[in-house]
Amino acid sequence: MTETLLQTLGQAVIDGAPDRATSATESLLASGADPLELVENTLSPAMDKVGRRYEEGDYFIPDLVMAGEAMKAAMALLGPALKARQQVRSSPGTVVIGTVEGDIHEIGKSLVATMLEAAGFVVHDLGVDVPAADFVGKAQETNADVVGLSALLTTTMRNQQAVIEALAEAGLRSRVKVVVGGAPASPEWAERIGADAYAENANEAVQVVRRLVSR
Amino acid sequence: MADSFRSRLRDGPPIVADGAMGTFLQAAGLPAGTPGEAWVLERPQAVADVHRSYVEAGAGLILTCTFGGTRARLQRAGLADQVDEINRQAASVAREAAAGRAYVAGDIGPLGELLAPLGRRTYEEAVDLFAEQAAALAAGAVDLLYVETMSSLDEARAAVEGARRAAPDLPLTVTLSFDRKGRTNMGVRPEQAAQALAELEVTAMGANCGHSLEMTTEALQKMRQTAPEAILIAKPNAGLPRVVGDETIYDATPEMMAQYARRFVDMGAQIVGGCCGSTPAHIAAIAQALQE
Repeated sequence: MTETLLQTLGQAVIDGAPDRATSATESLLASGADPLELVENTLSPAMDKVGRRYEEGDYFIPDLVMAGEAMKAAMALLGPALKARQQVRSSPGTVVIGTVEGDIHEIGKSLVATMLEAAGFVVHDLGVDVPAADFVGKAQETNADVVGLSALLTTTMRNQQAVIEALAEAGLRSRVKVVVGGAPASPEWAERIGADAYAENANEAVQVVRRLVSR
Repeated sequence: MADSFRSRLRDGPPIVADGAMGTFLQAAGLPAGTPGEAWVLERPQAVADVHRSYVEAGAGLILTCTFGGTRARLQRAGLADQVDEINRQAASVAREAAAGRAYVAGDIGPLGELLAPLGRRTYEEAVDLFAEQAAALAAGAVDLLYVETMSSLDEARAAVEGARRAAPDLPLTVTLSFDRKGRTNMGVRPEQAAQALAELEVTAMGANCGHSLEMTTEALQKMRQTAPEAILIAKPNAGLPRVVGDETIYDATPEMMAQYARRFVDMGAQIVGGCCGSTPAHIAAIAQALQE
């Protein structure tokens, strides 16, 4: 019974079906399943599978968004359950993310935030058109491990560099890693402006940020 | 002009479209992050200059400076109360710069939001937003409505529905941006796009922006196979972005673009131009190649 429900929950994430994720989680909790185990042994592997399918070209943005929604639906129940048992989902790190100043592109950045959250990171999404000082302030306040900078225009991508410089001026650069992304960005661009990494898409972003925090 | 545009598409010769607008305006001093639409009202001469340099390079079709001209996008730039004015004026600016030598296409870009159930914006709201922009462009007397850089078929449908509601008699073209794995980033295959757009009976369809010139070629091939009767459009980026010094440039030379342009026409494209990274030099090379 529980075994089937676990499969249902995992499959609900893979299929991007929030309603099914909710009902499976409800049933599992009612039958006494351990919430932490559900997160670590069922939801996380399911999200990893979603990421692999994206990487292989079977999944696209809608699939990632809906998988993220299913994950959120399950977590809406599991969050309180974890708290009630005084369990804590171990987080690989804290990420501050946003689209740089002058740039209002939102979809890619939000998707990266969703995928990082699903992977267990504590994510502070500052939104779009974010001034460099706000990235610095939030990174300081949250003791962030990583700052993620999105830019979709060849002109606004320079503001990724401005944030890196502002982090350096604030004396944070040595302990905060920076990852950049967006259509005109590239590994060469990341290197040029002194970022620690470039990520081409939301799935790669999760892998890259995992790598950055494990160094 | 709408009739002449339709017959020109049907009977040829192919129409050369313009190239990039935004980067051009930035070179003229548009601050990074300020949308080009802001200059339609503030500095219409600068926008007209870009149009004129493309017409002089040989473009027979120019796009109004209204890619982000829906209320959804203008709102984010604090220009929500100027949707009508900006789109109408952009059409007039383009018409004057075209001086009867080029068709004026009312440019309509994506909303920059995901439609429900992926995002909060409903399909009906999207239709309304597109209709609002299309009505203003039509009031500014564009020759056709030109929906571009679409990734989602739902959004493309909403744009078509909105455009038709506002301007049922104007020709209407739709192009999508094909990216990773030859699909749009929403996963739409060229075949699916061609089928849906053929059913919607758009005037012409095709690929713009996109990952590479090669991918545009593949997308066009697949659209052609799926909808052999369709009139096609190719308006790709000038290759791939590359960092050189302090600048990001696109790596395709005018000669390369011209070579591809010939290939696009051989594949059935009746409108060929450039997107990100393309300049009047690229458009001139395309015009030259298509004349030969």
